[in-house]
Amino acid sequence: MINKVVANADEAIADITDGQTLMLGGFGLCGIPENCISALVKKGVKDLTCISNNAGVDDFGIGLMLKQRQVKKMISSYVGENAEFERQLLSGELEVELIPQGTLATRCLAAGYGMPAIFTPAGVGTEVAEGKETRNFNGKDYLMEYAFDADFAIVKAWKGDTAGNLIFRSTSRNFNPVMAMAGKITIAEVEELVEVGQLDPDHIHTPGVYVHRIFQGKDYEKRIEQRTVRSKEQG
Amino acid sequence: MLDKNGIAKRIAKEIKDGYYVNLGIGIPTLVANYIPEGVNVVLQSENGLLGMGPFPFEGEEDPDLINAGKQTITTLPGSSIFDSAMSFGMIRAQKIDLTILGAMEVSENGDIANWKIPGKMVKGMGGAMDLVASAKNIIVAMQHVNKAGESKLLPSCTLPLTGVNCIKKIVTELGVFDVLPEGGFKLLERAPGVSVDEIRKATAGKLYADDDVPEMVVG
Repeated sequence: MINKVVANADEAIADITDGQTLMLGGFGLCGIPENCISALVKKGVKDLTCISNNAGVDDFGIGLMLKQRQVKKMISSYVGENAEFERQLLSGELEVELIPQGTLATRCLAAGYGMPAIFTPAGVGTEVAEGKETRNFNGKDYLMEYAFDADFAIVKAWKGDTAGNLIFRSTSRNFNPVMAMAGKITIAEVEELVEVGQLDPDHIHTPGVYVHRIFQGKDYEKRIEQRTVRSKEQG
Repeated sequence: MLDKNGIAKRIAKEIKDGYYVNLGIGIPTLVANYIPEGVNVVLQSENGLLGMGPFPFEGEEDPDLINAGKQTITTLPGSSIFDSAMSFGMIRAQKIDLTILGAMEVSENGDIANWKIPGKMVKGMGGAMDLVASAKNIIVAMQHVNKAGESKLLPSCTLPLTGVNCIKKIVTELGVFDVLPEGGFKLLERAPGVSVDEIRKATAGKLYADDDVPEMVVG
């Protein structure tokens, strides 16, 4: 079996250079590749285009890269929780392309499935449709949206093996499997790295063929954005 | 007149046994509290979960388990988890029976605007454009007028659109409305204590109302 293990996040991202396009998995702060984001901040690469559903918060996630002015352009569906992001956007330092969440996910899927484009009704008749080809199928209009073309996809999984097979946990799965399929080079950081044979092939979410580098992550903070609870008395 | 919980309660009556439902943020989220006993509903959270349960007990929060509003939640027996592409796949393929969401404006031909106000910081459309473009059954839950007292039921939307010709039903603090296929709002029920005249005054779009529109029964 091919061994895809690298020592750590620094090694995994060592050849990422200024101006490249990165996909980063996660929804909000859930399931984000914390180790690789820290390594990117340390490395200081800049002028990056980041494809990610959200842009983190001021002091966590992609927000850390924004703070260091490493991001030239964000392609996201929702970017609401970040004051520094807002400042850079309003001052014109940061370019933002907002696209529907399902379109974002499916453009990743298309890349991983080897399909150049998809047709979706999301955004028909809105500003999202401007400049895009529209096709009518069975009486309904659809926009043609292209598969993403990203230099690197960086994802976070729960478990992975040395051959790059990945298993995600709970809703931290979100964009991670589709982005894992979509990078020219895919980097996976995992909470638990195991030897081949330790994962049941029936339980693999992302086959290792899509993953080029994998490493055992560490010190996961897993910050919660909205802590909502009920008391035992409420039942 | 209804309060937010009243709007949610009235909408809950539209949910039928066996429905898969997607609830937006705001008033729609409250609908979950009023689903009638004996009506089995599966709530979808578009980040990748069917079978959304209540908030966790204190101390049992799981950072890996959140809803589309980024709130910590729980699963239920029968829940399933999937990736974001599949989540919007089931929305696009109309496997979700009902979508309930908020709006800033709805036009008399069923256009909806709920994601962007020019001149203000734009946060993004999230999954709203996907949902309104694909859902077979959408109910809008919103206040009838905005903070400036202007009607949100309009001849045509003034704000950037989220979707066109897609809203079929609206519930506000004043009443329940159908959006007619030929255009216009049809008043189906008045909120308790609200007259047809008051509703007419608060509605900028074309309103069709019989003289004997029934008062709604809430709860």
